[in-house]
Amino acid sequence: MSSSGDGDAKAPRILAFSTINISDPGIDLAGSAHMDYSASVLTLPVPCSSGIKPGWILHGLEAGFDGVFIAADGTDCAYLQDCTDRTGKVVAWAQELLVENGHDPRRLKMAAICSVCAESFVSHVEKFQKMLAELSAT
Amino acid sequence: MKERRIGVFICHCGGNISDYVEVEKVRKEIENEPGVVLARTQMFSCSDAAQEEMISDIQNENLDGIVVASCSPKLHLHTFRAMSVRAGLNPYQYVQSNIREQCSWAHRDSKPFASDKAVRLVRAGIAKARLSAALTTMRVETTPKVLVVGAGVAGLSAALALSDIGLPVFVVEKAEEVGGWTRKWGDMFPHGNGSNLIGELHEKVKQREDITLFTQAELVEKNGSMGSFTVKVQVEDGSTVSLEVGAIIVATGFDTYQPEDGEFGHGHECVVTLPEVKELLAKDDGSLTVDGRRVENIAYIYCVGSRQPEDSAAESPNLYCSRYCCSAAVHTAIQVQDRNPGVHQFHLYRDMRTYGKNEILYEEASRKGSMFIRFEAEDPPEFVIDEGLPLVKVNGQLDEGEELEIPVDLVVLVTGMVPRQNSKLADVLKLPIGMDGFFNEIHPKLRPVETVIDGVFISGTCQGPKTLAESVASSLSAVSKSAGLVKKGYVDLEPYIAAIDSDRCLWCGECQAACPYGAIEKDTVNGKEVARIISSLCKGGGACVPVCPESAIEVKGYSDAEVGAIIDALVEEAVLAK
Repeated sequence: MSSSGDGDAKAPRILAFSTINISDPGIDLAGSAHMDYSASVLTLPVPCSSGIKPGWILHGLEAGFDGVFIAADGTDCAYLQDCTDRTGKVVAWAQELLVENGHDPRRLKMAAICSVCAESFVSHVEKFQKMLAELSAT
Repeated sequence: MKERRIGVFICHCGGNISDYVEVEKVRKEIENEPGVVLARTQMFSCSDAAQEEMISDIQNENLDGIVVASCSPKLHLHTFRAMSVRAGLNPYQYVQSNIREQCSWAHRDSKPFASDKAVRLVRAGIAKARLSAALTTMRVETTPKVLVVGAGVAGLSAALALSDIGLPVFVVEKAEEVGGWTRKWGDMFPHGNGSNLIGELHEKVKQREDITLFTQAELVEKNGSMGSFTVKVQVEDGSTVSLEVGAIIVATGFDTYQPEDGEFGHGHECVVTLPEVKELLAKDDGSLTVDGRRVENIAYIYCVGSRQPEDSAAESPNLYCSRYCCSAAVHTAIQVQDRNPGVHQFHLYRDMRTYGKNEILYEEASRKGSMFIRFEAEDPPEFVIDEGLPLVKVNGQLDEGEELEIPVDLVVLVTGMVPRQNSKLADVLKLPIGMDGFFNEIHPKLRPVETVIDGVFISGTCQGPKTLAESVASSLSAVSKSAGLVKKGYVDLEPYIAAIDSDRCLWCGECQAACPYGAIEKDTVNGKEVARIISSLCKGGGACVPVCPESAIEVKGYSDAEVGAIIDALVEEAVLAK
C-alpha cells in the first residue's frame, strides 16, 4: 500500500465519483481495512454511474482536480444490466468534451468497483495518480 | 435567497476519527463557512446524549440544515434522519460527511493531510446542505396483502409464513402442480423426502383460508407502486383476475443445466444428469439398471455447466458455483450404495464443496466406498467408447496426474442450476437481471432480498443458486421485509427522483428510451410537448440525466448547482496541511 504521508502535498488530486449502493461501500471497505491511500483522493457519491453528466467531469478538472475517476457500478448495478455500457458512453462523451476544452482525455478514468473491491479501488487510484503525475511532468 | 442557518457536528467517534483527524482544528476551519451558524465536536454523534444536543441546537438556533461529519452514511443515515424529524427539521436537509471510512481510517499516517481532507469533506457537506431543499416524501397507504409468484418450496414457505403473521396471500404458480423441482425428488439431505415435504406444505396451504392459490396462472400486469400494487393474473381458463397487494415476492426458482449433445457423453444411453438420476431413485427403490443391465460402476462428473471457464465454448459461460450439487451428488451416491452394496462409485470433482453439515455426507460416502478423484478444470475427464464399452478417462491430480480409465455402466453428470427463462415476468415487474442471468438484488449482503423495484422482493433460487435451506431462509427474509412494509399501514417514497425542467425540455424521447422503469412519459404543458416523470415509478438512478441534449432533467439532490458546489468545496485548499 502506498503511504499518504508527506508526498501528498504534491500528489495529484483526484475527484472520484462513487455510487451509493455499489462502489461507495467498496471505498468504505478500503478505509475499514486500513488500506492507506492518498488523501488527495476525494469522493462524491451519486446514485448510479450511468447518471454522471459529462459537464460535472469537466467542472472537476476546471475547478482544479488533476483527474476524475469514475468508480462505476459495473455488472453489479442494481438499476441497469447494461450500466457498464451506459457509463462507457458517458466517459466517451466526457472525453470529447474534455478535448474540446483543451484537456487531456487521459485525465478521466473509469473502472468498475464493486462493494468489496477495496484493494482494486486502491490499486486503481494509485496507478491513476502515478499516470497523472507523469502527465503533469510532460 | 434567504440566508441558510446550518449546524455542523463533527464526531470524534471515540478515537476512531480524532486519533487521525484534528477535529477541533477542522471545526475552527469550517465554522465561518457561509451559512454556518453553529459548529460543534462530539464524542459520539450517534449517542442518545449527542442526538439530544443536536435536537436542542436545531430548535434553539432555528437551523434549517445540518451536517454530521462522522462515519459512513451506510451506518447512521436513518439514525440522523429520524433525529432530524424529532427535531422538526426536514430529514432531507441533513447531510452526512464520511470522515471515518473515507478519511481517518484510510489516511492514518498523516494527521495533517487527513485533517485537510476532513475539512474538504465537511465543506462539501456544507455546500450540499446550503442548497438542500425541504423535500417531501409521497405517502402511500399500504394494502395488507401479499402476492407470491411461484409455488416451489420457497414460495409455499413464504405464503405460510405470511399467513402466520396474519396477512392474506395470493400465490400464483405457472405449472399445473405446486412444488417445483423439490416435488420431483425423493430423499434429500438433511430435509427428508422432497416429495413428502411439498405434500405437507401444500396440505397446510390448502387449509389456510387466507391463502389463495392459483395454479396454471401467470402474472401479466402490474400497476401502482410500493405498498399499493394492482396486479392482473391470467388464470387457468384464460380469464384475468385483478388483485390489490402491498408487496410482491418473486420465488420462481431455477432450471437445471442441460448439457450439450456429446458434452461428457451426454446423449449416450448410459449418461444421465443428476436431476434425472434423482428422479429415477425417487420413483424406484430397487437396484439401478441401464438397458436392463444392473449398474455396477458409476462415475459422477462434477461441475457440469457450473464454474465454466470464461473462455469456454459456451455462449454465456456459467461462471458461478451452483452450491447444492456437490452435496446432492454425494447424497445420491450414499442412497445408491445403500440399495446396491456391491456398486463401485467414482466421483470426479474439481473442488468438493460439501460445506457445513454436508461434510457428514462426504465422510459417510467415503466410508461406504466412494472413490474421490480430483481433476483440473483445464484437463477435464473424457467419456469414450472403447471396443463398444463406455469408459471415462481422467488424470487424477491426487495420483500424480496418472491417467485412470474407469469402465462405467452409468455416468452421472452433476449439473448445476441455471436461471429460469422468464423474460415476460421480468418485463412485467421491471426486475433487473444480473450478468449471470438470475434476478438481481440491491446488495448481496446489505439488502439481499430487495430489488430496485420498491416493494418487489426476490427469494430462493430465482436470484442465484441456493440449497433448499438457503432458499427457505431467503424466502422468510422476504416475508419479514414484505410484512414490515405492508403492516405499517403506509409507506413514504424516497423523494430523490428525477425532475423535468419543462421550459428547457423539447421532448426528443431520449430520456424515455433511457429509463428502464417506464417512469417517463410524454405530456403536454401549455401546448408544448414535454417529458413527465411518473413519481411512483422513478428510482432516481439518473440514467436519463446525461442523455438529455437540453440538460432539462436532473435527479433531486444532484442538480448541476449542487454537484458543482460540492466539487468546488472539495477542491478548495484547506490550511491545515500547510
